[in-house]
Amino acid sequence: MNLNATLIAQLVVFFILAWVTMKFVWPPIVKALDERAKKIADGLAAADKAKADLSLAEKKVVDELRKARESAGDVRTSAEKQAAKFLDDARAEAARIIAQAREAAEAEAGTAAQRAKEALRDQVAHLAVAGAEKILRREINAQVHADLLANLKTELQ
Amino acid sequence: MATEAPTSGEYIVHHLTHMNSTGHAQKAVIDWSVWNLDTLFFSIALGVITLFFLIRAARKATPGVPGRFQAAVEILVEMVADQAKGIIHSAESRKFVAPVALTVFLWIFLMNSMDFLPVDLLPRLWAMISGNEHAYLRVVPTADLNGTLGMSIGVLLICLYYNVKIKGFSGWVHELFTAPFGSHPLLWPVNFLMQIIEFLAKTVSHGMRLFGNMYAGELIFMLIALLGGTATVFGFLGHIVAGSIWAVFHILIVALQAFIFMMLTLVYIGQAHESH
Repeated sequence: MNLNATLIAQLVVFFILAWVTMKFVWPPIVKALDERAKKIADGLAAADKAKADLSLAEKKVVDELRKARESAGDVRTSAEKQAAKFLDDARAEAARIIAQAREAAEAEAGTAAQRAKEALRDQVAHLAVAGAEKILRREINAQVHADLLANLKTELQ
Repeated sequence: MATEAPTSGEYIVHHLTHMNSTGHAQKAVIDWSVWNLDTLFFSIALGVITLFFLIRAARKATPGVPGRFQAAVEILVEMVADQAKGIIHSAESRKFVAPVALTVFLWIFLMNSMDFLPVDLLPRLWAMISGNEHAYLRVVPTADLNGTLGMSIGVLLICLYYNVKIKGFSGWVHELFTAPFGSHPLLWPVNFLMQIIEFLAKTVSHGMRLFGNMYAGELIFMLIALLGGTATVFGFLGHIVAGSIWAVFHILIVALQAFIFMMLTLVYIGQAHESH
């Protein structure tokens, strides 16, 4: 338990060690620690941001899906409407064509019947005239008896 | 080997004598011409080892994933930085004081740990190497009052430096004479006396505490070694049992004393920052 010059030497060593630590040891380690803390903080912030982005994207997807579904429904409704319209048009057209055809056929049939009637009437008139000629055994003047024949023709109508 | 076995008293005294520059035990209590070469060698060697590992860790320090060694050093640095932050509020001062505390902690931890080596191992090796059977060697630098007081005086100088730096020279002198009792001129001598006593007490107790603990620990290891030296069954078993128990307990003392010295360093320097 004696004091001697070792004390002074130890004092100097103490300051040298402290100075070296301050200069070469402490700053790099503390810097690395601070940088890592910052990195971790940044990473956590990025993770939070990614999470928020994800939920935002999910919401967007749901929105888009809903919109797509809606527009698909619209398209279907309008397509159905159009199809129904086409169908109606076609039906109306068909009905029109049928009616026209029927009318034409009826008209044709009418004229044909008229013509047949007229021909028949002519022939009946001729037959009547021929019959009358034979009955009367004399020649009838067609000119003179034209009125009579016309009357007969009218009567046969 | 000695020609005849030393008595217990001779054994202890031999182990408590420093290898100094004179070659024999120091006579005067204070003699500034004597150097304790063993204390100097071991404290400087352990200081260099401390710095070697710290610098290696600092070189490799990356903000990425740390290895185990880097993580261990970082845990120490964080511990010291947290303590410093709690005690010293000036970030500018912490740039110097926190590294001082880290150095002090690791250095003293290693110096205290020299106690774990068998008490006769290094002295016997040294006796064989030097060829002098009576060569003195003490391996625990913190069990030398010069070593611990050297460090505590270093802390005192840092305290004085920060006293002047923070309060200004006139502010500090003003505080020396007006605190703790008041600024009445009649109180000036009393205040000054109290301040001087405070500085002395702090520094002496700071160094003495570490020295006392390590000196006592070393002495008990020697006594336990003496027990084994009786070369009886009781002595042999007693040496093993008592040596194991004391060594395990001493782990606590080694770490605790290093921590206490570091904390007191921070506290004293912190006090230098506060005005009374």
